[in-house]
Amino acid sequence: MAEAMTALGGAATEGAIRVAEAPPTGMIALRADLSTRAVGKAVKEATGIALPRALRIETAKDRSVAWMAPDEVLVFCPWEKAAGLAADLSEGLGDTPHLVADMSSARALIDLSGPGWREVLAKGTPVDLAPGAFGPGDFRRTRLGQVAVAIWASGPERAHLICFRSVAGFVFDWLSMAAARDSLPGLWR
Amino acid sequence: MLQLECPVCGVLADETELVPGGEAHLQRAGPDSTDDAFADYLFTRANPRGVHFERWCHVYGCGKWFHAARDTATLEVFGTYSAQTTAPPDDIVAAIRARRPEWEGPA
Repeated sequence: MAEAMTALGGAATEGAIRVAEAPPTGMIALRADLSTRAVGKAVKEATGIALPRALRIETAKDRSVAWMAPDEVLVFCPWEKAAGLAADLSEGLGDTPHLVADMSSARALIDLSGPGWREVLAKGTPVDLAPGAFGPGDFRRTRLGQVAVAIWASGPERAHLICFRSVAGFVFDWLSMAAARDSLPGLWR
Repeated sequence: MLQLECPVCGVLADETELVPGGEAHLQRAGPDSTDDAFADYLFTRANPRGVHFERWCHVYGCGKWFHAARDTATLEVFGTYSAQTTAPPDDIVAAIRARRPEWEGPA
């Protein structure tokens, strides 16, 4: 297998929070009618995780399954396991109408660490990021600046941002600027 | 700022997360129709000042289309409902009548 090349080569900046591109991560898009029992069963068998509720992400061991739409989930796994897991998912679904694609190289994953991540993102997204409205395990597709992203809150001081690889540079620069030191109001700490 | 609740994912979405799809519940004029009927279907819109039914797509969110009923003059939103229907559902019509007794009803 070719050497994994992330969109930004692992770039990182330290400001009010730390913004860093995640190491290579496996991302598999699965499109199928999530309301059918066969789909939930196949996802559970392949990943060990039951289908998440709408706007949620479920994690177990080194894998996560995120709800993207009523007919789409995004599966996160270690980079080297993505191809095998995609094949398992497709095999498990059999004749059920579905599409499984290894999107690991098509998307970029950026980690945000620090208590100010909510305030950094709130500068450019319409999502209500107040601690009571958006917390660990929530996963939301939205926009940041002017591009489509998904926000994944994984802990009180940690969040992840998923965007298309083609706009990873823009998103990283945007985040780095939004996370300038002494630029956060400090309301949510 | 217009905010619509996406009936598919339940998110109260800002206008910037949505893409407008124009007037809802249009009846397509098919191949057997006259040119005038087809031109009407393509170009003629009610464009009312007041109650309006529209199509919207939650394009930055779940990516699904839905319907919305709102007032074009005040931006008051009466409700949103599934895209899989050819006419506004009764509860939406009732909600509009409660707020706009003078409304003439869906065209």
